[in-house]
Order: sequence, then structure tokens, then C-alpha cells
Amino acid sequence: MNKNIVLEAKGITKYFNDPVKFEVLKQVNFSINKGEFVSVVGKSGCGKSTLLYILSTMDTDYSGDLLIDGISMKDKSEKELAAVRNEKIGFVFQFHYLLNEFTVLHNVILPALKLNRLQQPVLEEKGIKLLSLLGIEKLSGKMANQLSGGEKQRVAIARAMINDPLIIMGDEPTGNLDSKNSQIVFDIFKELAVEFNQTLLIVTHDDAFAEKTNRIIKMDDGRVV
Amino acid sequence: MSFKLLFDISKALLFSRFKQTLVAAIGVTFGITMFITLLSFMNGLNKMLDGLVSNRTPHVRIYNNIKPTVVQPINESAQFKDAYNFISSVKPYNTRKEIYNVNAIMDKLKTDDRVLGVAPKIAAQVFYTLGNVNLNGVINGVDVDAEARLFYFNDYVTTGNYLDLQNTSNSIILGKGVADIILAQIGDVITVTTSTGEQFPLKVVGYFQSGIADYDKVQSYASINTTQKLSGRGKSYISDVQVKLKDINLAPVVAAEYRNIFEADAEDIQTANAQFETGTNVRTIISYAVGITLLIVAGFGIYNILNMLIYEKMDTIAILKATGFAGYDVKRIFISIALTIGICGALAGMVFGFALSNVIDQIPFETAALPTVKTFPVDYNPKYYFIAGTFAIVTTYFAGWFPAQKASKVDPVIIIRGK
Repeated sequence: MNKNIVLEAKGITKYFNDPVKFEVLKQVNFSINKGEFVSVVGKSGCGKSTLLYILSTMDTDYSGDLLIDGISMKDKSEKELAAVRNEKIGFVFQFHYLLNEFTVLHNVILPALKLNRLQQPVLEEKGIKLLSLLGIEKLSGKMANQLSGGEKQRVAIARAMINDPLIIMGDEPTGNLDSKNSQIVFDIFKELAVEFNQTLLIVTHDDAFAEKTNRIIKMDDGRVV
Repeated sequence: MSFKLLFDISKALLFSRFKQTLVAAIGVTFGITMFITLLSFMNGLNKMLDGLVSNRTPHVRIYNNIKPTVVQPINESAQFKDAYNFISSVKPYNTRKEIYNVNAIMDKLKTDDRVLGVAPKIAAQVFYTLGNVNLNGVINGVDVDAEARLFYFNDYVTTGNYLDLQNTSNSIILGKGVADIILAQIGDVITVTTSTGEQFPLKVVGYFQSGIADYDKVQSYASINTTQKLSGRGKSYISDVQVKLKDINLAPVVAAEYRNIFEADAEDIQTANAQFETGTNVRTIISYAVGITLLIVAGFGIYNILNMLIYEKMDTIAILKATGFAGYDVKRIFISIALTIGICGALAGMVFGFALSNVIDQIPFETAALPTVKTFPVDYNPKYYFIAGTFAIVTTYFAGWFPAQKASKVDPVIIIRGK
């Protein structure tokens, strides 16, 4: 098996049962290599977000198989999948989704505290380092709800990176941002891919965004084309 | 998930809705306060009322009862052994009231590990004579020291010194009721007529008030010696041996044992005063029921607040799950929020409960029937605090469990897509 493959989808098929039985994903097959910057594009309703939720292990109601780091996710328990998400996957959502009850820094290191591999002071240092990489270290002590949209998205990226994940997944990460902030976020992703050899999988409907990535997976009507 | 992280997240969620959480905690505090106060007060009263009887009642009383013989001669006869013998009009025979070998029995009892103390007693039927009026009465001859030590005799002597009973010869402590009727003052000499018709002068050294008026109209106390003289009996005449045990619950067993060993009647306190236990039990059940109801109501408060919190914090739950917290972790977070509310509420409730019991303890409560009681009785038994604490934690755990279960089942995909 190719050591470079971090994520592999094998014949993933999913149905929606409500209101009528409907095949959203039809035998989706592809794999992503380490260090690739991949974007998934397609029309609204073609199943690209659904695919992302399956790939992120949050949705388990599908047939076919998903391998992350060469390990099948099919028969894992909810608890084991949570551990996989914690350790190997970083998330950036369309709507920032920070915890408003915590400071920026605490938000960033929360997944690492859950992983519980390093002490809190070490993690705080690491969090500050990540924030300064993204140019927002001065925000670290603020509460999450005091930030602007672009700032929140950058904090979310820092949080996605805190556990040095195998892959960062984004669901329309720039969908809710103005063009200036979109550009900043894209530049960050690009920098991560180039300088840190970070694998990225971004779902987007922004063609301009997609065109600048290494590889584009186009979806139409539940199929990869 | 480390404990500190669990604590951090729970704290953040808890403080995000601080007012509601506070209200929930106050609900628990109120429940616990009332539970503890109610039980302390109720049991204080119970103990006081039971004490009216049980303080002065021996746990086991050894005496000779007047009764028909258990074995009828005809049943022993070989000739009628196989027959069923009907005997009508069986009469009791006159046994001596005195207990045989009383000194040996008392020595033996004092060596028994289960026995706290032994006090001899004689009951003598008399008439209190005042001019041509004769009042029915009973004089109890007691060992003053033992009686005071085991049965709180001194508490019930409201006027005069109980020790005068043994220091002054031919002295008597009159029941308050008797003293009121025959107008006897302390220092007066009254005359009693014994059952054999002899008249006997006795000096009044004090009044006795038990709290039961009927009892005080009849009973009086004198020393053993005085009573023996009065009954015209010798030094070895003792009609009752009163035994106080270390554990009152052993009384029926011990009584049965003594009945066999000493060939005398032995009666335990449970048989003699069954009705008091029933009253106590009913009162205890009522107070527990009310207290537990209060706590369950508080539990519903917690349930509501957590449910609300979960709907409000759907986003938070979803993001926690997306970043790698399992359903189990989310559940622990919400249960620990519930338990925090429960434990803080319970601790505050214990403090307030103690304070409120203390206030009740200060309220004057004076009644002629209870000479030793000056304020409302309160029982500060740590047991009630323990039960209240345990119950508060159990209730809040379950009140938190259902919402937590719901939170753990939140599907992050639905929340994240739904936006």
C-alpha cells in the first residue's frame, strides 16, 4: 500500500431517506496523498458537503469504506471515531464555530487538551505560536465573541492545526467572508500546503478559490467527474 | 478527557447562564434546608416524646407475675396422658412478689456485657391519708443513685434535692399531682396507710413531675429501705429488677434469655410500650416523605435548566463533537454541571439547615407536662445531613442524566449543516 495516501474513499454510497429515498452519493472513489491541496467543487446539492461529513467520520450512515491513514473507519465505535477526529482531522467550517464561553487561546488548544498528550503550558505556547503564524497573536486573550468574522476563521484554522492533524478539512471556509478576508484565508491554506506540507481538503463553490489549488475534484449528481 | 478540562468546560457552560444555574442551586438549597430542619425538629420531638416513657422504663424488667400455673397436675398424670383434658375456672395462685435470690441475680446481671446498669425497685400499694380522706397511691422504693444514673430520676424531681431521699430517713418525694391534692409542702410530714393497715409517717423532701399527669397523681418515690420498712418486709425484699441495656434493640432477646435463667418473668420495653414505636415510625415516615418531595421538585428544576442549556448550547456541543469529543465526554460535561449544582446547593442547604434548626432550638417551649424542656427540642443528628447530601446528589445526578443523554446524542452534522 502506498504510504503517501492519507485518505481513501472506496465506493462510498449514501442514501437520504427523507422525504423519499434518494441516492446522494454514488460509488465515490478517490484518494488523497500527503501534502496535496485538494478542493471539491460542484453545484449546490451535488453531495459535496455530504461527502465531506462522511470523510470527516461525523456521518456514519453510508456504505462502502473509508480509510484514514490506512485504517478502515467502517467498524469503529462512536468513541473511537471521536478520537480519530481529535487526533487526525482538523476542521474549518463555513461559520467559524468557536466556543463563545472561552478565550481565543483556549479555543485553539481545546482539541489538544482533549488529546491530553502535552501539558497545558506547553500547549499554550504552541497555540500562541500558531496564532502568530496567522498574524493574530494579539487576540489570544480576547473572548471569541469579540472577534470579527475573518479573525474568527483564522482562529478556527489555528484550532484545526493544534494537534498537527493528518488532514485539514474545510466546509466552505470562505463562504461567509468578504473577498479580502477570503484572500487572507486562502493564502494561509496555501502557505500551510507549501511550507508545512499540510494535506488539505476544502469543499467550496468558489471556482476562483478552487482554481488556485493543486487538484480539483469535481462532483456532479453524486459522482466524481 | 482530563478532569481539569472537564471542569473548565463545565464551568464555562455553567457561568454562561449563571442566573438560571443559581436559581436551580437555590432550589436544591431550599429542599435540603427544609429536609434537614424538618427531620431535626421532628426527631427532636419524637425523642422527647419517647423519652417521656423510655427514659424511665427499664429495657428489661424482671419480676414475679401473678398468674395461673402453666402446668396443670392432671396433664402430668400418666393415666390421662392420652386424653384431652378440659379444665374450667382455673385461678391464679398467690405467688410471692419477691424475687428469689435477688442479690445473686443482680450480681450476675452486672457481669453481663450487654447490660449498662441494674436498679432494684419495690412497688408498695398505699393510701395517702389526710384526715378522713384516703387517696390511692403507689410508693416506688428505688436505689436513688442507680435510678438517677440509669433513668434520669433527678431530671424529674422538680422541687427539692433527690439525694435527700437517701440522706433523710423515712422521707418521700411526692408526685406533683398527689402533693397538690393533699396540700403537702416540702418539710411537711404526711401519713400513709399501708395495705396491711399500718400508719406510717413520711417527710416530704421533694416533688416529682413526670409529664404524665395521671401518673403523678398516684406515684411517689422513697428509698429502698424506707419502702421495705413500710411493707413490713426484710432487707432482701425486692419486687422488681430493672435492667438497662447498652442496645435497646436487644431487649426482646435478652428478656427471653433471663426468663429461662432466673425462672421469673422478664418483660422487654418493646412489648411494654409497642404503641410508642408506632407513633414514632409514622411521624418519621411523614417527615421523610415531605423532605424527599421537596428534593424531587428541586430535581425537576435542575432538569429544566439543563434542558434549556442544551438547546441554547447546541452549537457548542456540535463543535466539541466535531473536534473530537465523544458523546460520552459531552455526557460527562452535562452530568458534572448537574452535580456541581447539586453539591453546591446541598452544601449551602446543610449550612442553612443547621442555622434554621438552631433558630428553632432557641424558640421557648414551656409546658407544665415537660419540666426539663425549655425550648423546642431539636435533634442534631449528622445522619440527616448525610441522608440529605446523598439524596441531593442522587436526585441531581438523575435530573442531569436525561438532558446529558440527549446532549450526547446531538448529531453535529445536523447542527453544522443547519446554519
